[in-house]
Amino acid sequence: MDMDGASVNGSPAGMDRKRWTYLDRILNRPGPFTDEEWVPGEPNIESLERMKILGAGGLGCEILKNLALSGFKDIHVIDMDTIDVSNLNRQFLFRQADVGRPKAEVAAQFVEKRVRGVKITPFCGKIQDKDEDYYMQFGMVICGLDSIEARRWINATLVGMVDNDDADTLKPLIDGGTEGFKGQARVILPTMTSCIECQLDMHAPRAAVPLCTLATIPRQPQHCIEWAHIIAWEEERKGNDTLDTDDPEHITWLYQKALARANEFNIPGVTYSMTQGVVKNIIPAIASTNAIVAAACCNEAFKIVTSTNPPLGFPGTNNYMMYTGDDSVYTYTFEHSKKDDCPVCGNLAKNLEVDPNTTLEDFIASLAEKPEAQLKKPTLRTEEKSLYYQSPPSLEEQTRPNLKKKLSELVSDGEQIAVSDPAFQITFKFKLVFKK
Amino acid sequence: MLKIWSMKQKQQQAENAQPGKKKKVTAAQLRVQKDLSELSLGSTMRTEFPNPDDILNFTLTIEPDEGMYKGGRFHFSFAINQNFPHDPPKVKCTQKIYHPNIDMEGNICLNILREDWKPVLNLNAVIVGLQFLFLEPNASDPLNKEAAEDLKTNREGFKRNVRSSMGGGSVKGQTFERVLK
Repeated sequence: MDMDGASVNGSPAGMDRKRWTYLDRILNRPGPFTDEEWVPGEPNIESLERMKILGAGGLGCEILKNLALSGFKDIHVIDMDTIDVSNLNRQFLFRQADVGRPKAEVAAQFVEKRVRGVKITPFCGKIQDKDEDYYMQFGMVICGLDSIEARRWINATLVGMVDNDDADTLKPLIDGGTEGFKGQARVILPTMTSCIECQLDMHAPRAAVPLCTLATIPRQPQHCIEWAHIIAWEEERKGNDTLDTDDPEHITWLYQKALARANEFNIPGVTYSMTQGVVKNIIPAIASTNAIVAAACCNEAFKIVTSTNPPLGFPGTNNYMMYTGDDSVYTYTFEHSKKDDCPVCGNLAKNLEVDPNTTLEDFIASLAEKPEAQLKKPTLRTEEKSLYYQSPPSLEEQTRPNLKKKLSELVSDGEQIAVSDPAFQITFKFKLVFKK
Repeated sequence: MLKIWSMKQKQQQAENAQPGKKKKVTAAQLRVQKDLSELSLGSTMRTEFPNPDDILNFTLTIEPDEGMYKGGRFHFSFAINQNFPHDPPKVKCTQKIYHPNIDMEGNICLNILREDWKPVLNLNAVIVGLQFLFLEPNASDPLNKEAAEDLKTNREGFKRNVRSSMGGGSVKGQTFERVLK
């Protein structure tokens, strides 16, 4: 929102401020945890209203509602999904009539109507559709994404954007996630504290059943469905169709195969909806878990922006809150450490000035001489190209011709390369800057 | 917000990272690159990369030099996704072979490819596991039930079946691919 709009709608002295009476008690008075330098009142309201914040993904309804009701005024939202009838039980911004419409758009309209003065800009698509220029405009990113892949992507993007000479390039990332009764909220200050890649081991891998159990001694209805999914489909239909888990004909086929197999082994309980659930790996979403985790995330966003309380995520303090709702109501907050050998934030790309006319071979030799690197047997690649691999032998042979090529034939000015060497645990990253 | 930046400056990292517009090497690629550099294949195995720029898809050939499958040449396809190492590599045998732990579609029953995969494991562990399947086929985790039954009840008969299947013969009505060198 531009400043003109903010001063009209959100002037703290204005009538509209009445809605925020309770919020203002926090913003206008110092508390036991506020800093000595903290100034109450206006500056906090201003920073809330000026903060351009991006919300993405499945916890969307909760996050959007919470942000709007916490006083944020310029909210952007990304979501690639359309509304399904099964969402209506918990995604309270959607109504029956909205089924089939894009979530981001409907949610934005609903919240704009209910909370006066808030501007919500929806984008229907994947977070990966947007580039660094897009993410650069925000002050903070808060996501409740539903896949690890998307989390790793946004994490690597935000870490890669940090420019040590420019404070505006550092965008705190608040990540919330739920699975059934469990959830987590965490705050990441890209490059400063433990990132999502450092914490990859916190995601429990999907429980898998041994293939031989599926093939020979199924015991549960899910085993029969998994069998139909991985084995029967490949044997009977793979050649003609690729499995589309959204195609009812495909699911029906799997369901019937699974049912026949279950009958053969006297296993009761295979249903169409269970088939859908197993094949699409659906874990039932629980409204209260989502509410708790989204509230925790938005609380952190509010604290970071207003400095009214110490948030999660400052270096050397707790940055990860886990919630377990299936065994009483348990939360535990701790500091996940930054990993020195994290492939994303452990070693950031360093600029390296090179002569574009140098051959790859000479460049490799120069890496061995660099005192800080001393890479004796380096393997190098860009995102697109394998430049040179020391092993395995077949790849060495295939990439050997590159050694005689000039760098300018292999990489473009400013391109990033990754260099690994058996002598080092970490992979070095360099941004090759051509000498003019 | 201001406070965060002053902390960042305090951290005084000597890095001089710049925001780059260019594509960056992905985390999965970085990890596979590291795994490949730590691969010890020995003389019985080799890899092939149909597209050397794509290190996430390749084939592995195993030529066992001992055991019942000695003299054969077995091909496996490796497909690694961007979720690696959270997800295991997808490995399949590309030939139709007679083996208690490998079915007619090339699916493989190897614990670390599925239920026991962990991100700390690497490609070398998978490759060692595959090699082991040829030295010690395992009758208690059957994917090809008949082969497992043969191995359990009649080891000599199983050996004969392995030999004939490797030569492109048939076992109990199933014709197998010739895999002899």
